[in-house]
Amino acid sequence: MLKINQLHKSYPIGDSSLHVLKGIDLSVEDGEMVAIMGSSGSGKSTLLNIIGMLDEADSGDYILDGLPIKNLTEKKAAVYRNKFLGFIFQSFNLINYKNALENVALPLYYQGMKRKERQELAMFHLEKVGLADWAKHLPKELSGGQNQRVAIARALAANPKLLLADEPTGALDTTTSYEIMAFIQQLNDEGKTILMVTHEEDIANMCKRIVRLRDGVIMEDKKVKQIRAGQHV
Amino acid sequence: MFKFLFDRDTWQEVFDSFSKNKLRSILTMVGVWWGILLLIGLLGSAKGLENSFNRLFGDFATNSVFVMGSTTSKPFKGFQEGKRVQLTLTDIEKVEKNVEGIEFVVPRNMNQGLVVKNFLSGRFNIMGDYPVLDKVQKKKLIHGRFINQNDIDGNKKVAVISEDIYKQLFEKDESAVGEYIQINNINYLVIGLYDRGNVNFGPSEDIHIPFTTFQQVYNQGENIGFLMITGKPEFDIQQIEDDAKLLLKTLNKVHPKDKQAFRSFNLGKEFAKLTGFLTGMQFLTWFVGIATLIAGVFAIGNILLITVKERTKEIGVRRALGATPFEIKRQIVVEAVFLTLVAGVFGIITGGWILIALDSAYGQGADAAIVNASVSISVVFIALIILVILGTLIGLIPAFKATSIKPIEALREE
Repeated sequence: MLKINQLHKSYPIGDSSLHVLKGIDLSVEDGEMVAIMGSSGSGKSTLLNIIGMLDEADSGDYILDGLPIKNLTEKKAAVYRNKFLGFIFQSFNLINYKNALENVALPLYYQGMKRKERQELAMFHLEKVGLADWAKHLPKELSGGQNQRVAIARALAANPKLLLADEPTGALDTTTSYEIMAFIQQLNDEGKTILMVTHEEDIANMCKRIVRLRDGVIMEDKKVKQIRAGQHV
Repeated sequence: MFKFLFDRDTWQEVFDSFSKNKLRSILTMVGVWWGILLLIGLLGSAKGLENSFNRLFGDFATNSVFVMGSTTSKPFKGFQEGKRVQLTLTDIEKVEKNVEGIEFVVPRNMNQGLVVKNFLSGRFNIMGDYPVLDKVQKKKLIHGRFINQNDIDGNKKVAVISEDIYKQLFEKDESAVGEYIQINNINYLVIGLYDRGNVNFGPSEDIHIPFTTFQQVYNQGENIGFLMITGKPEFDIQQIEDDAKLLLKTLNKVHPKDKQAFRSFNLGKEFAKLTGFLTGMQFLTWFVGIATLIAGVFAIGNILLITVKERTKEIGVRRALGATPFEIKRQIVVEAVFLTLVAGVFGIITGGWILIALDSAYGQGADAAIVNASVSISVVFIALIILVILGTLIGLIPAFKATSIKPIEALREE
């Protein structure tokens, strides 16, 4: 699914530069559920952004589903993001003046799908996250957990190969976090490959594999016994 | 390429971002609205003034010149300077025959007379005229008719009087036509009553009697007071004036360089000055209108720039979801054009209302200051096209600004 080889990334800070990723090697198979952990400044978000084609590596290879991701034009990156990737953000990043259905339909709009088809498909995904009744509500009328579910529905809408989640439970209380994790686990059970950045141990232990980063290198990469979030709810 | 313009979603997006910032969008649009309002209002008013000038001068053949004899300032062919120059009917014939581009040459005589009607009297200017005068200086007849060939042939004692005289000499509601007035102790039958209108050149012309009657009564013989020359539209009236004067100088044995021998008043030249003034005003209007418009469009660009800054994160999310930079730019340009166009259309409509208001306030009646204040459809179209072009250009600035930030930085924005 995903293969990363000797990935380096540094950011210029004034005259000097900050070396954030110092040769990352990582490969993720289909159907895996990986947690990337590390303290702040360890480079975990940068790694996720590069995988999400929101940022570009300075050197090294990144192959996504057999497709080398290198020197992409903005346009091509946009198309790839739309086709291959689904994003779940910590702060949901829903568009606040669009209702749940419209938010979910947005990636499909950028795919050029017809309005009617798009709305049907968006509705299907909203049903899947259990929010069909809230389709016409604006994000501010929904709870945090509901908003994150809308965001997950949006990430799923374009049927991406890989789900990228950046601290998906970071803005939620524990109970809601576990609800969301249970839902993400269910997606993984259905075969979706999931990559998430988190700094919470309990959330990480709900994945099948934990990759620990420190100072831009992988310290530890181990498979773990998945804890089902459903048990906690 | 323009398929997206017919896409409901494009407009949904525009409407969404508009309704999100209603007050700000409306305030932004005021600038463009005001610019268009000024442009339409001023152009319409200028057109109304032009129309009113045209209506006032419409009664005159504007390419005409008055010439009258005066005294010479140079000795010539044995004559001392200070010789009185007297135009005659022979001069008229020669001018008509020899000067190129002439439409009419109208001989006229003028005198002052004591006019009496019953117990009322006054001193007025008496004009001896041919029927052709009505062609070069249209008389607005209220009652009756102007002098005709029959009056000329029969030396009839008939008079056409202006409304002012009627008011001075007649009782209210009294019919003038068919009554007799005394001019220098001779009775004349009033055959017509006319309105002098607002614009007059030369001495006030109060009473018109047949040219031949004037000749006879005042013993003028072949002499004439002055003449009025009208040129054909395609000829330059100044050239006609110069040619006619030169010919008249030769005929009357006046030095060709004598500037005082003939006095003249070139109506064409005066009219050209007024038309020039109107053209200048129109130019000024366009200048002011377009400058205001540009200022308004800049205001829109400015606001969109702020909006884009505020929406940085949203734009980042959209790009993460697969919006290409082109799609983002296109959306912002569409918004800019939409705002300018809506503001512009409102400006055109309200500008139209102002013109309607002007018309009902100043545009009514025969001597209205502003006549049919209006702008042509082509002006409206030009204004709209300018708006679209300016809106597109100004929209490009925030559009490029929006996509110049990397999506990752945009997403980090709080």
